[in-house]
Amino acid sequence: MGMPASSETPDYRALPLSELDISDPRMFQFDYWHDLFARLREQSPVHYQPASPAGPFWSVSRYEDIVAIERDTETFSSEPSIAILDPEPDMILKMFIAMDPPQHDDQRRAVHHVVAPKNLKEFESLIRQRTAAVLDALPENEPFDWVQLVSRDLTTKMLATLFDYPWEERNNLTEWSDMFTNDERITAGEGVPRAVIIEHMTACLQRFTELWHERKGDGREAFDLIRMLQADPNTANMVDDPLTYMGNIMLLIVGGNDTTRNSMSGGVVFLNQFPEQMAKVRAQPELIPSMVSEIIRYQTPLPHMRRTATRDTEFRGQHIRKGDKVLLWYVSGNYDAAVIERPNDFWIERPNVRNHLSFGLGIHRCMGNRLAEMQLRILWEEALARFRTIELAGEPERTCNLFIRGFTRLPVRVTRF
Amino acid sequence: MTVVTFIQHDGSERMVDGDAGLSLMETALKHDVPGIDADCGGGAICGTCHCFVEVAGDLPAPDSQETAMLGLRPDRADNSRLACQIVIAEGMADITVRLPEFQM
Repeated sequence: MGMPASSETPDYRALPLSELDISDPRMFQFDYWHDLFARLREQSPVHYQPASPAGPFWSVSRYEDIVAIERDTETFSSEPSIAILDPEPDMILKMFIAMDPPQHDDQRRAVHHVVAPKNLKEFESLIRQRTAAVLDALPENEPFDWVQLVSRDLTTKMLATLFDYPWEERNNLTEWSDMFTNDERITAGEGVPRAVIIEHMTACLQRFTELWHERKGDGREAFDLIRMLQADPNTANMVDDPLTYMGNIMLLIVGGNDTTRNSMSGGVVFLNQFPEQMAKVRAQPELIPSMVSEIIRYQTPLPHMRRTATRDTEFRGQHIRKGDKVLLWYVSGNYDAAVIERPNDFWIERPNVRNHLSFGLGIHRCMGNRLAEMQLRILWEEALARFRTIELAGEPERTCNLFIRGFTRLPVRVTRF
Repeated sequence: MTVVTFIQHDGSERMVDGDAGLSLMETALKHDVPGIDADCGGGAICGTCHCFVEVAGDLPAPDSQETAMLGLRPDRADNSRLACQIVIAEGMADITVRLPEFQM
């Protein structure tokens, strides 16, 4: 924050409002988005951009306005997509995050159990063992990439556990997730062409269809997301509808991947930017749960979600037409000083620290939120218990993606007690 | 004065005086009663102040937002409510709510 990462950073304070480009993912890659959203919150909180690689769209940047739209699911639908890009006619994956009630409610309930806190207790010691093993294997006193060796590795292992996915093939899950979220139209052209994405999605569907049939009726008492879908009457035949099966699988893979991964990396960056907060949490480890919520706010790994207007409507004086795309900028709301006190401070003792937008709000609120919080809590409990220092060993490299705010590389050096 | 009784999942009980104008969620937080997370701060849009009303006088019925959020809870029961939507009124009858094992 505060450091202009590129000489090409647009001057968001001086540009006319009509020239602001809110679809350029380089604002996250080079970390210059703060000024853009500060300007929008102040001068154009419900802002229309007439042209972008994904077409025209509205941007909603104030916390309270985002909350108001999250409530009104009749006017602001999650169909046909919660990403700025519309689904391609030849591959409309059906996922409950992009469905309205009542269909949404049935599908969500079918898989909610697996990440419900009751079951998380069962997972906790397993996650702790795996986290400890990953941290114990890190090199000491020499730089390594925290993204690869910690964040990616831990989230991949967690996903493989939730799906009971063949362990030696587990990196597939992360690769598929990365494919799915890297369309070239939201990555300033740096992403993956559609043909390649479809090739990988097809492979993913094939593998998960095999796993479904292997598990169906094998009589084993096991507990994983595939068996949960099979056990619920609402989803017991989901495999017969490949687009729905694939949609749910991708939703769970992506939902459990970029989000937690990037918050795992972000925490290291923030604790280095705010060393007094690092000192505080070392002195008072009971602050770790509160710090986890603050990390999730400060990172906001999914910077926005899209809604689509189902009718013409007036909102804060703007005329939104039926069919318009409306982006809810969680990353902006999370830094809105009207609601968040001293928003630019990473402050682990923040009052009401859980009140942030990173999980979304309303019926689409993140289903895996308690799992994510637990993974992060365990990571920091284990890391602070082991490492005397956790220092940045170079500049972080950030993701160039409009939908994902995160890190591609994070050089870190640790020393042990 | 309305007395609010919170029963934890483990059966332990806590009785506190409820101030008129505060919701049950705010009452719990004010008295450091555990078991309510209140992630959204009180707008019926996160569902993490779920409770089961055991004893109460007449309460206004849940609105459509509260009903929608309760509908997502796998542990929903007929007496499920969001504690942020039950506001203590002057002269309201004493109320007892049970808290779930977890909020989510």
